[in-house]
Amino acid sequence: MGQLPIDQVFRDEWGRVLASLIGYLGDFDVAEDAAAEAFAVAAQRWPADGMPDNPGAWLVTTARHRAIDRLRRDRVLAAKLRLLAAEQPGEDTVEVTAVPDERLELIFMCCHPALAIEAQVALTLRAVGGLSTEEIARSFLVPAETMKRRLTRAKSKIKVAGIPFSVPAGPRLPERLAAALAVIYLIFNEGYGDPDRPGLAAEAIRLGRVLAALLPAEPEVRGLLALMLLHDARRDARFDGQDLVLIPDQDRTRWDWPQLTEGRNLLETALLETTLVETAPRGPYLIQAAIASLQADERLDWPQIAALYGELADRTGSPVVRLNRAVAVAEADGPAPALALVDELDLPDYQYWHSTRAELLRRLGRGDEARAAYQRALDLARTAPERRYLQRRIEET
Amino acid sequence: MQYALLIYAKPGATEALSTDEQEAVHRRYMEIKREPEVIGGASLHPVETATTVRAHDEQVLITDGPFADTKEIFAGFYLVEAEDLDRATDIAARIPAVRLGGCVEIRPVLVNEP
Repeated sequence: MGQLPIDQVFRDEWGRVLASLIGYLGDFDVAEDAAAEAFAVAAQRWPADGMPDNPGAWLVTTARHRAIDRLRRDRVLAAKLRLLAAEQPGEDTVEVTAVPDERLELIFMCCHPALAIEAQVALTLRAVGGLSTEEIARSFLVPAETMKRRLTRAKSKIKVAGIPFSVPAGPRLPERLAAALAVIYLIFNEGYGDPDRPGLAAEAIRLGRVLAALLPAEPEVRGLLALMLLHDARRDARFDGQDLVLIPDQDRTRWDWPQLTEGRNLLETALLETTLVETAPRGPYLIQAAIASLQADERLDWPQIAALYGELADRTGSPVVRLNRAVAVAEADGPAPALALVDELDLPDYQYWHSTRAELLRRLGRGDEARAAYQRALDLARTAPERRYLQRRIEET
Repeated sequence: MQYALLIYAKPGATEALSTDEQEAVHRRYMEIKREPEVIGGASLHPVETATTVRAHDEQVLITDGPFADTKEIFAGFYLVEAEDLDRATDIAARIPAVRLGGCVEIRPVLVNEP
């Protein structure tokens, strides 16, 4: 009874309200406290009085009033804030009618490379995504107290080290954008790799949508969003109970086709732009999205997939990508040339290097070597579904 | 904000350069020192000249050499007044030690409130 829409509004508005308050108050903690207070007031009043026409503006206005009241009570703290310097008497009584969108500043602050990557992830989910500390702790399987300390430490570093609340300009933007995209993709993969934590993938997609809306001119942002949508569209078909199902064996009727189409449309427009602008080569997320799109075809175009993996390998220099390319080459040209590519790599600590070798050896009829390689992959496998899959493979080979 | 840019040099890295290159490195350090955001700093003599002071049971103990054997040696620092960490990073990235096998640690300076 009206409970769900408010929760929805809260989560959707949190990042925007918090960003606007940080921009206004110049302090993360003060802004977060004020935002939390405003949301608490809203939770009390809205169910009875109804939701205001512009919930975001209402929340920002309320939070500003609360923050200023509190600062008046705490002059020492106030003296440290840029608020007091900028403040004209009476300004705080003005109603906020349009909330400036400063979420981009917030995202770049949360994904600053001077913060540890786990801190970037947690902070982005908390500040931009509006997840509670407890929710984030549960998602990353750590005690709430640990997550709380991680967030506190990150916020303290932001303040003490002077990590800016701004959108990086000029030559700094591409690398900082790559860092922000990496954080979102990491959140996605945490959820995508584990059938028990589907919330994180959805959260990453939501963050991807926010970033794509804020940076409409960046094909890589849409590339990442397309990539996540395309992968996630297959979520219901990826597991049989707890067991992993590979794409060729997946039940295509269980794919989320509207989402798949959305991903493909995004991909197409982004690809078109990179084709038009010579100076902007296709970035790694766009290439991966193109591969994911091809992988969703009924009849797979393996030579094309292999070529894209080749392009991706050139862009990233990643041995894991080269391994994927070998898998595509196996389908396009047979297991022998693929095995040659795999053996060039030598990744003894990487589970999928062993499992890929095993698969190719099996196809070449080299059963003993295949079983040994499957066994090594099994020794390295981390999740139960993967272990079961490899165990089955050993028995079948 | 004030930051200390602590310069850790790889021993022998500068000495391995040609005389011209060494002079160029020295010029770079002087250029950075003259930038308006740089408000202080010092360049230190090699660690062979270091003396370490400790206290042990109320007894002051003086030893020759640096307090720890590390791969990189603390060689000097700049004190900068920069708008934020990104700006401090820009300056730090231009310090020659960074490209000579060393690194720069950026530490915000604790400023006492009046």
